[in-house]
Amino acid sequence: MTRLNKSEKVEQSRRQFLIGTVGTGLVMAFAPVLTSCSSGSASLALVEKRFNPTVWFEINQTGSILVNVSRAEMGQHVGTALARIVADELGADWDKVTIKHVDTDPKWGYMVTGGSWSVWQSYLPMSQAGAAGRTALIEAGAKLLNVEVTSCKTQNSQVVSGDKSISFAEIVSLGNIDRTFTPEELAQFSPKNPQARQLISKPSNALDIPAKSTGTAKYGIDVEIEGMVYARPLIPPTRYGSEVLKVNDNNATHIKGYLGYEVLQDPSDILQGWVSVLADTYYGAIRAAQAIEVEYKAGKTANVSEQDLISEGEKLVADKTSGGRFVDHGDIDKTAAEAQKSIDSTYRTASALHFALEPVNAAVEFKDGICHVHTGNQWQSLFLPVVAKSVGLTEDKIIIHQYYLGGGFGRRLAGDYMVPAALTAKAIGKPVKLVFTREDDSRFDCIRSPSVQHFTAYWDGESALQGIEHAAAAGWPTLTMAPGFMPDSLDKKTKVDPFSISGADHWYSLNNHRVRAINNSLAQKTFVPGWLRAVGPGWIGWGVESFMDEIAHAQNIDPVDLRMQLLDAKGKNAGKAPEAVGGATRLAHVLQETKMKSGWGKTLPKNEGLGVAIAAGQERTMPTWSACVAHVRVDPETGEVKVLKLTSVIDCGTVVHPDGALAQTEGAMLWGLSLALHEGTAIKDGQVADTNLNSYMPLRMADVPELDISFVVNTEDPTGLGEPGLISVAPAIGNAIFNAVGARMRDLPITPEALKALI
Amino acid sequence: MITFTVNGNKMSTDAPSDTPLLWVIRDEFGLKGTKFGCGIAMCGACTVHFNGSPVRSCSLPISVFDGGEIRTIEGLESKHPLQKAWVEYQVPQCGYCQSGQIMQAAALLATNPNPSDEEIVNHMTGNLCRCMSYKRIKDAIKQVSSANAGIVEIYDPKRESILEQSDQQEVV
Repeated sequence: MTRLNKSEKVEQSRRQFLIGTVGTGLVMAFAPVLTSCSSGSASLALVEKRFNPTVWFEINQTGSILVNVSRAEMGQHVGTALARIVADELGADWDKVTIKHVDTDPKWGYMVTGGSWSVWQSYLPMSQAGAAGRTALIEAGAKLLNVEVTSCKTQNSQVVSGDKSISFAEIVSLGNIDRTFTPEELAQFSPKNPQARQLISKPSNALDIPAKSTGTAKYGIDVEIEGMVYARPLIPPTRYGSEVLKVNDNNATHIKGYLGYEVLQDPSDILQGWVSVLADTYYGAIRAAQAIEVEYKAGKTANVSEQDLISEGEKLVADKTSGGRFVDHGDIDKTAAEAQKSIDSTYRTASALHFALEPVNAAVEFKDGICHVHTGNQWQSLFLPVVAKSVGLTEDKIIIHQYYLGGGFGRRLAGDYMVPAALTAKAIGKPVKLVFTREDDSRFDCIRSPSVQHFTAYWDGESALQGIEHAAAAGWPTLTMAPGFMPDSLDKKTKVDPFSISGADHWYSLNNHRVRAINNSLAQKTFVPGWLRAVGPGWIGWGVESFMDEIAHAQNIDPVDLRMQLLDAKGKNAGKAPEAVGGATRLAHVLQETKMKSGWGKTLPKNEGLGVAIAAGQERTMPTWSACVAHVRVDPETGEVKVLKLTSVIDCGTVVHPDGALAQTEGAMLWGLSLALHEGTAIKDGQVADTNLNSYMPLRMADVPELDISFVVNTEDPTGLGEPGLISVAPAIGNAIFNAVGARMRDLPITPEALKALI
Repeated sequence: MITFTVNGNKMSTDAPSDTPLLWVIRDEFGLKGTKFGCGIAMCGACTVHFNGSPVRSCSLPISVFDGGEIRTIEGLESKHPLQKAWVEYQVPQCGYCQSGQIMQAAALLATNPNPSDEEIVNHMTGNLCRCMSYKRIKDAIKQVSSANAGIVEIYDPKRESILEQSDQQEVV
């Protein structure tokens, strides 16, 4: 993740910014330095589309401002947040701003939406782009008004000088702007003084919401292509190594609209043993798929169970030679040898599904030598080359057309679902819309891997905590899907998936701390592990923060007080600019605030308890500081847990789109609750056992507790928000259960049966 | 041939009689606002009104609807008070479930204009929102129902209950 982060920043830092009259409008875009130097004219470079716009914007003669966004819209209202950063600096009238989510094109640069990075990565470049636009408009406006540039400012889509003013619309109509800002000039622009902001941190409505309230928002599943047929895939018995031996469609031939089947040959090897079933309606394809009999040779993992995976994980964490070191501070071996007291615990999480409500799907058409893929996707740049390999075309012959995503949550970072659609369309020579049924979607999900973590805490003779040893084993998403993003472990023994260990490098100061990241290779062979909302910290935080409570109870100290002691913001935990100004002091601050707001320490009725946990977002290089207190009631007869209230205080720096931030956090915290108490499946015979809502049961409205969420008000750089709210909820609930009835839960999801057994 | 009324228009289809209504309204009639989520009537994304009652179109075959009146999200014409409240409360995130949520809620308010919190939850808890926008869904329904205060409605399937008393502006 860190490498991805950095590569994008490097790319941005070498870009210049072009502003030029194009046709009857004004276009503003980033461009690689070399490209436009050769032309000398910004307008010419823009006309020829020699730009590289992560975001670019256009103003027409009526003053309408179109902001083009390469990030996927999956509920986070990202376009609104990014457009407001630009529009604020520009001095634009927000009512004139619209957003477009763009298709893939090599010129657009790297396209990924995940990791809660969008606002964090875009804040500075978008601010600078807006400021450059403002400068160019002021220069042109001053000339038209015949006033000094220095006397002008922009507001409400106008350039204003004293009592004179001219609208952006008029400037675009009258002016002929051709302006290039060098990377050095761009770097001179620092974001507006927070007091001068008109849009950032101010209330606003998200631009995508009206269409989503009228049924008119267009998702991938809504795409229709002239002459297309429908397809449903048949998912083979194992993810890898399945082979189709025989297909018998005798029972399908009578189904109305049935058009036959294709056994898919995939040069990219994403699909192994796949058949797609075709019909002139989707229902016809569903029915035919049910009627077709396929004889498979299953792969080697056809008998793997959840328990096999957990047992493998338990074996790995116990083996001190396994994995690679991710944190190695002090001397944990010496600490262990000299310890007077120690405790140890094992924490586990079960397989979990993304269950994005729009089942994965794609519509594909080959036209004039180009393969057009219509779908909603989070990481177009990752799977575009895979689709190209599958269909035997070069990457420049693939275009992925973007639509709204009916849920992302990390599922649509993988674009594997485009492959069967593309192969089927290629095989039959017609446009195809291939839709997974819910059950197909679940069986093909890149699930959150089951995980096992082991912790040992050591105390010296003075009963002072001396260190923690931590090992975490799971299937690694990045190893299968993007191995190039894996750095070496500290001991150079192995590559490490940072997405599967981040959060273990927490902000508590310990004299001695070792973390081993271990790949569960059986998981890796059995399924494609996925990035699921909050990713590594989403399950690592469960262990880290539950065990921190165990340490507090072992020391007989209040769990909040223990955390406050360890959050001393010394050494590596002091933080640094720009992303972690203040370091652990900001984490201590949100913990203290949450403690006060939640009424920590108050007397509660029998079988009720409060539990606390903290988190620092997705990674140390982009910390979002949060604390959560859960208030639960346990029914000791049944083991049922009712979460009465979740209180959370969050510090994500500048809150760019406050209501969007609140909505994301409400959703993320309820996801945390859902994964704690409601969601979990098991691998059975090599595949997920629960494929639909009759047995996979995410949180419903009746399960929603009271939510008390607040954001720290400051003007630090904005960090991510889509995921961090999730992390501390499950451990806060587990810790609250312990405080309510004295049962220490160590497995997610927490089931009534498991809890009852411990009471 | 099966015939029914969709959003006031008489429509017919030659699809096999066991075809779930969902695929006919989406792919034959082009009304894409109604969504496919689970296919087993447990998520509510496909909710439409059949003679005024909310039903799951993914699981009911078209034969059931013969001669009946169907209303989809498009039939609310962007004018329903709930749709305005959905924007005011900034309810949707990914938005995929929201047509179903609105249709489910509209059916509640048509028969019970002032539901209690418990009645709202009981009526809505079958509709999954994967983004977990539940709090806002509930708040938006409550806002509309409080605006209904004092209204006593008699359920009449022939009358376009909420729409007839609407004086709200266009949402889009």
